Amino acid sequence: MNPQELVEKLNILKPRLTGFEQPLENRIYLHCESENCFEINKFLFQDIGSRFVIATAIDCEQYFEILYHYSYDQTGCVINLKCFIRDHERPQVESITPLVPGAEWIEREMHDLEGIDFKNHPCLERLILADDWPEGEYPMRKDWNNEKEI
Amino acid sequence: MKKKFKLPILATGPVHPLQEEMEFFQLYVDGETVVDIDVRLSYNHRGIEKISESLQFDQVPFLVSRICGICSASHPLAYVQAVEEIAGIIPPERALYVRTIINELERIHSHILWVGLAGHFIGYETVFMWAWKYREPVLDMLEKITGNRNNYGNVKIGGCREDLPEGIEEEIYPILDQIEKKMDMLTKAVLDDPILHARLKGVGVLKKEDAVNYAVTGPTARASGIPIDVRRDDPYAAYDLVDWNVCVQEEGDVFAKVVVRLLEVFEAIKIIRQALAKLPKGPITTEVKEIPPGEAIGRAEAPRGETFHYVRSEGGNTPARHKARAPSYVNVPSFKASCIGEKISDVLITLAAVDPCYSCTERLGVVAPRSGKVIYDFDMLLQLSREKTTRIRKGL
Repeated sequence: MNPQELVEKLNILKPRLTGFEQPLENRIYLHCESENCFEINKFLFQDIGSRFVIATAIDCEQYFEILYHYSYDQTGCVINLKCFIRDHERPQVESITPLVPGAEWIEREMHDLEGIDFKNHPCLERLILADDWPEGEYPMRKDWNNEKEI
Repeated sequence: MKKKFKLPILATGPVHPLQEEMEFFQLYVDGETVVDIDVRLSYNHRGIEKISESLQFDQVPFLVSRICGICSASHPLAYVQAVEEIAGIIPPERALYVRTIINELERIHSHILWVGLAGHFIGYETVFMWAWKYREPVLDMLEKITGNRNNYGNVKIGGCREDLPEGIEEEIYPILDQIEKKMDMLTKAVLDDPILHARLKGVGVLKKEDAVNYAVTGPTARASGIPIDVRRDDPYAAYDLVDWNVCVQEEGDVFAKVVVRLLEVFEAIKIIRQALAKLPKGPITTEVKEIPPGEAIGRAEAPRGETFHYVRSEGGNTPARHKARAPSYVNVPSFKASCIGEKISDVLITLAAVDPCYSCTERLGVVAPRSGKVIYDFDMLLQLSREKTTRIRKGL
């Protein structure tokens, strides 16, 4: 697929997207709500055949964002799926690890550091934080204070 | 650790603070065959992403070069490219060439380092000694260019901090000729050696579909028949201005990974020669005023694979969010696919084949499924691996 064909194929997703940005020819940002996240990930990974790179969780204080970064290596395009999780109290989203085994660690990391719960993750155990780290302390959240004694 | 085995967690030694990426592998074995593997990491988590949020944009390159001593040119480059994308900065052409030269010198020394260590793990001490000897002039050259053997700190937003020293070309060309000659000899010796063929072919195979599912990058992916390389697919620095090839092997075993890395050394030499010949005159940096709000990704092909950085700016002095992903983060979980079903004596070289940091393999122990007793520690595994090479050598 050339870059135009890729964008046309991504247009199939439009009904499930809340935003579509293309700041540069090979940088695409798709916005979606957490309910549609798994299906869109499936489309990007299986139907488009793009490579899963990593995911980034961001605490935006009122809500969470998870950016799933995919690379479509045939054209060098990076597709960023920006998934909004509106519930800041109990953030939860469907795990993509059953789909992409390579996402296991990053989901565990986001669970540790941002406190996001991944439904249907095969092994949502601690990865980054120590075993004796107290529950409910998430160091990558905006309100977490570096000076805090744990 | 998985609860199903009901085993105590057994470490083979204290956490080694000198090397990054401390990891703990637990192998579950049935006789000599590995049936499952658990990996535990983050013994040395330094919270770099959190620290980055408290540093100014121009201070972060020095921080991210500390993520990995060996990849200390690729991480800052990926970050800087992300920030340049946010601010719409185009660095001068000379800076792009200087970045390319430093990154390729880094690739040469990293790959030679790995070849030496791989030789050490399978009992080829000559390869270890030769390779590390040939690597030394590359580090000297990096020191002359940047002031440091590692942690170069030469890249900055908008260009480079230091230009190449005057007359350095006359010094680099003979060193490249010398390395090319020596590596040619070493490559032929490795590729023609029947013992290495017997020892490494068919060992630790990572199938193409597993490589896709585990999203591996770099030489690990290229040795499994996936022709990806950020330098070609999404060109940065001056990689689209020079002529070079992506090295791909189909087999996915340890031998294929050796071949990919050895061939990449020659490609890197080719790139540096062209970059030096084409090096334009002019400034090496451009003025940077402020970083506007926005988000962008930057990536670079480190010796181990794709280095990926995501940066978000809210218009302040510091990044609002900075995500860094090193290539080993996706390469290491592929052990689940490549080690299971292997013999214990082959595990060490399989784990080493993705080129993680070597403290990883020192943290390896083999545990009996029922009693929880440690059967092998790192030294015993090293011994087993070397004995197998000796047996093959005698048999041929």
